[in-house]
Amino acid sequence: MSVNKADVAKIASLARIKMGDDALERMVPELNNILGWVDQLSEVDTSGVEPMTAVIPNVLRLRDDVVNADPKTGGDRRDDILANAPAAEHGFFGVPKVIE
Amino acid sequence: MTNLTDLGVAAIRNGVANGDFTAREVAEAFNANVAAAKELNAFIVTTPEKALEAADAVDADRAAGKELGSMAGVPIGMKDLFCTKGVQTTAASHILEGFTPQYESTVSSNLWAAGAGMLGKLNLDQFAMGSSNETSYFGNVTSPWRRAGGSNTPMSPGGSSGGSSTAVSARLAPAATGTDTGGSIRQPAAFAGITGVKPTYGRCSRWGVVAFASSLDQAGPMAHDVRDCAIMLGAMAGFDPKDSTSLDMPVPDWESALNSDMKGKKVGIPKEYRMEGTDPEILKSWDDGIAWLKDAGAEIVDVSLPHTKYALPAYYIIAPAEASSNLARYDGVRYGLRDLPEGAGLQDMYAATRAEGFGDEVKRRVLIGTYVLSAGFYDAYYTQAQKVRALVARDFDNAWKECDVILAPTTPTASFGLGEKSADPLAMYLNDVFAVPASLAGLPAMSVPCGVNSEGLPLGLQIVGKAFDEQGVMNAGLAIEERAGFTAKPEKWW
Repeated sequence: MSVNKADVAKIASLARIKMGDDALERMVPELNNILGWVDQLSEVDTSGVEPMTAVIPNVLRLRDDVVNADPKTGGDRRDDILANAPAAEHGFFGVPKVIE
Repeated sequence: MTNLTDLGVAAIRNGVANGDFTAREVAEAFNANVAAAKELNAFIVTTPEKALEAADAVDADRAAGKELGSMAGVPIGMKDLFCTKGVQTTAASHILEGFTPQYESTVSSNLWAAGAGMLGKLNLDQFAMGSSNETSYFGNVTSPWRRAGGSNTPMSPGGSSGGSSTAVSARLAPAATGTDTGGSIRQPAAFAGITGVKPTYGRCSRWGVVAFASSLDQAGPMAHDVRDCAIMLGAMAGFDPKDSTSLDMPVPDWESALNSDMKGKKVGIPKEYRMEGTDPEILKSWDDGIAWLKDAGAEIVDVSLPHTKYALPAYYIIAPAEASSNLARYDGVRYGLRDLPEGAGLQDMYAATRAEGFGDEVKRRVLIGTYVLSAGFYDAYYTQAQKVRALVARDFDNAWKECDVILAPTTPTASFGLGEKSADPLAMYLNDVFAVPASLAGLPAMSVPCGVNSEGLPLGLQIVGKAFDEQGVMNAGLAIEERAGFTAKPEKWW
């Protein structure tokens, strides 16, 4: 399978990466080169093979359904969470207006 | 007096414990080497005061007669992919420039608890995406190694843990942390003539490590020799309830169980790794490794890993797919860079921020990942790759019926000059052809230096083991190390 410039523009928009015309043009052959190479996977007979989801047999654990089950990842960390925000205001993340 | 910066982890720890020198003297000596090596660009930030602080705590504990940790007095370099509380953590990206974590990664906090100190945060390929250290926003790392005959071509330290491999081989740190997603510990270790171990997936907690591809990422030690790696891995590993994929099993005492006697052990040689066009010097080093393991008492058997050829293309679907998902968090809202063009809405802000903050290789992989996960292509690419991944893992399961460990080269070539391959992403990806299969299967694997090629550049041999058998891997590595007698060092030019 291969992509054209319109496809790359669509992928870039899905990926939320702004790309100008030049960047899109440049990316088309690069992506096609890689996609052409990974296409060899279609030669592999995988009938009856389950897709792998976990590399090492392990039980997925769930955290206790308790606030502050772990003080490092639990609540009461507002200031820490906001400490690196580019625009924090009044204890919230500031973002541009989202309602028209 | 001994040159302290020539010492490794075990020698420093023992020397400090015996009172041959103080932890502060060690930290000062390495701080000085770090400060004098700016030309290598191995560090993004240096933290000499952190190294001294940890050293003073160890010296005080020793004076007070307290029991010392397994890494007591050892200053290390920390790959800048590990979050370190109060110290900038960037993953070598612009989008995280200035990010100061309010928490400490589990692996780094385990290391501090074992008495290690931090010399600084090591440069790497941006978001660990790269095999040459040419994708960092903070500039390339230059390997301390040079081609023989007075060449001054700057060489690649490998990637993504290229700051780590450079720091250890240039004696800026006795050891460093690395992370390995598809070879990012083993390939730079091979390029720099040092030793690196990628443990079984889940041995080391991923909590607080900037994520690249979550089903593959695994932290590990990079150091001068097998013993140093065994000590450091012991300090890094362990169950962590904060990482849902962390292995809930005891950490063996790898150091004290090290044993290079291979009697009764079978070493598998995968015929599919003997690829056409492989450098004859690499094949020669592989033959040397076979002879050394035989000499150590091992029986050599031929094994087949029939899906080897498909491991790399499967990896270059799975890893970008996971990366596109993991890197969705960099949006200019919660941390890191924000680019807000005049009059822009939220969507424009995301797109502008990510365009400005991500480097070319990161964008390329996020786009590939977005494409293979998109409606209409998901089954053809992602599901098929996950099935091929199952076949690659099954190949190893079948091989374990014939052998205990597998021996192969770490890389298809020795280090190359910076810029020599960067124009062709595919050619660069091929560097990881021998490393990726073990990553897809989650298996422990290491690279150990085995000699230098005709250009005077180091080569590495790779040992892959069964899940949870880091001991078997490191024992075979030790058998090679004892026989290879690798003592080459980069000549100081920086």
